[in-house]
Amino acid sequence: MTHLPVATTPAIELDGLTRRYGERAALAKLSLTLETGRSLAVFGPNGAGKSTLLRVLATLLRPHEGSARVLGYSLPRDGWAVRGKLGLLGHDPLLYLDLTARENLRYHARLHRTAPQRVEDLLETVGVHRRADEPLRTLSRGMVQRVAVCRAVLHDPELLLLDEPRSHLDPAAAELVEPLIGRTAKRSNGEPRTRVLASHDPAGGLAEADHALGLRAGSSVFQSAASELDPARIKELYA
Amino acid sequence: MRATVSALVRKDLLLELRARESVPAMCLFSLTTFILFHFGLNRSSLEGDLAAGVLWVTLLFAAILGVNRLFVAEREQGGFDGFLLAPVDRSAMFLAKAAALLSYLAIVELVAVPAFVLLLLGPAPGAGTIATLIGVIALVDLGVAAIGTLASALAIQTRARDLIVPLVALPLLVPATIAATRATAPLLAAHAQGPAGKWLVVLALYDAVFALLAYALFDFLLED
Repeated sequence: MTHLPVATTPAIELDGLTRRYGERAALAKLSLTLETGRSLAVFGPNGAGKSTLLRVLATLLRPHEGSARVLGYSLPRDGWAVRGKLGLLGHDPLLYLDLTARENLRYHARLHRTAPQRVEDLLETVGVHRRADEPLRTLSRGMVQRVAVCRAVLHDPELLLLDEPRSHLDPAAAELVEPLIGRTAKRSNGEPRTRVLASHDPAGGLAEADHALGLRAGSSVFQSAASELDPARIKELYA
Repeated sequence: MRATVSALVRKDLLLELRARESVPAMCLFSLTTFILFHFGLNRSSLEGDLAAGVLWVTLLFAAILGVNRLFVAEREQGGFDGFLLAPVDRSAMFLAKAAALLSYLAIVELVAVPAFVLLLLGPAPGAGTIATLIGVIALVDLGVAAIGTLASALAIQTRARDLIVPLVALPLLVPATIAATRATAPLLAAHAQGPAGKWLVVLALYDAVFALLAYALFDFLLED
C-alpha cells in the first residue's frame, strides 16, 4: 500500500477499496490518503475507474470491499454526513434542461439551504447572468458547463470532485471558473478546497495538483507527488 | 423536510409547465377514451356500475401515463444524483413526487370528469352528488399517487420502464378500483343515492396502508 505524504488531517483515506459492476472490478484494492486542502490528479484511460472513484467518494456508489473515509466520515455508513460538504462536477451537468440557469441553481440552493444571493453572485462570476433566464436547452454546452460549475460550488463545499471539469469550456470560460474550481480555489472562510481531479491532460493535470494517481483497469499503477512525476509515466497508462 | 418537499414540488410543476409531457397526454387520453366508449357502447347514456367502471378504468389508465414519466427527468438529466448529493431526507422525494402526481391527477380530472358527464352520463348530477364524487375521487387519487410513485421509482431503474409501470401498478390498484367503482356506482345510478359507506372506509384504509408501505420502501429504491 502506497500512501501519499501526510501533512495534515486526511480529507480522504482509502484502504483496499474495491467496487465492482457485476463481475468486473471497476476499482480493485485501491489505497490512498489525501490531506485536507491538497489536490489529487487522477489519470487513466477510459474505463480505468476514474469516474467510479469520484462517484464512490461522492457517496453515489457504495464500496464493495475495503474502507473509505471522506472528510473524517466512514462510507457508506456516514454518507449522510458527507453530503452537502462535497461538490461533484462530472460528465453530466446534473441540471434540468427545461429549466433556466437561475431556476436550476435556486432549486439546488434550496436543497442545500444556501442564500439566493449566492446564486446571483455565481452567475455573474461565470458570465451567465445575462442568459440566466433562458432554458438550458437553448444554451451551448459550454454555457451549461459554466452553470454546472456554479452548481458544484454553490454550497461552498470542502471537497471538490471534478471529472474533466474544463471540457466544453473555451479558454476565456476556463479562466472565469478558475477561482471556483482551480488550484487557487478557496472556500468562503479562506481555506483552500481539497480537490480530486480526473484528467486526460498530463501536463495540465499535473500543473494543478499536489499529488498524482495513475489508474489502469481499476488498479493503482503509480502514486506520487505531482512535482516528482515524469509525464511520460502518465502517457504509458494510455499505451 | 417541508422546505425540501416544497423545492422539489415546485421544480416538478415548473418542469411540467415547460415540457408539458404528462398532463396534456393524460387529458387527451381520457377524452379520447370517453369518445370511444360513447360510440363503442352505442348508448346515449350510462348509469350505475357501468358508468362507474368506465369512469374509473379510464382515469386509472390515464394516471399510468403520468406515472410512467414521473421520474424520467431525474433519470435522464441527473436529477437523482443532484438530489442525492444534497444533505436532505430522501423520503422528501417520495412525498414531492406523490404530491406532483396528485396535482396532475386533479388537473386531469377537472377536464375528464365534466367530459364524462357530457359524453356518457344521463342527466347531470346534482351539487350534493358532485361534492360526494369529489370526495371519492380525492380518496382514490391519494392511493394512486402513493402506488404510482413507488411503481415509477421501481420502473425507472429498469430498461423496460413503460412495461414495468402497468405490470406493477395495475395489480396493486385493483382493490382501489373495486372500492372506487362500488363507492361511485350509487352516485351515478338513475336515482342517485349516497355512496356505500363501507367502500369509503376501504378506500381510506387502502390509502393509509399503501402510503405507509410506499414511504417505507422508497429509500431502498434510491440506494445504489
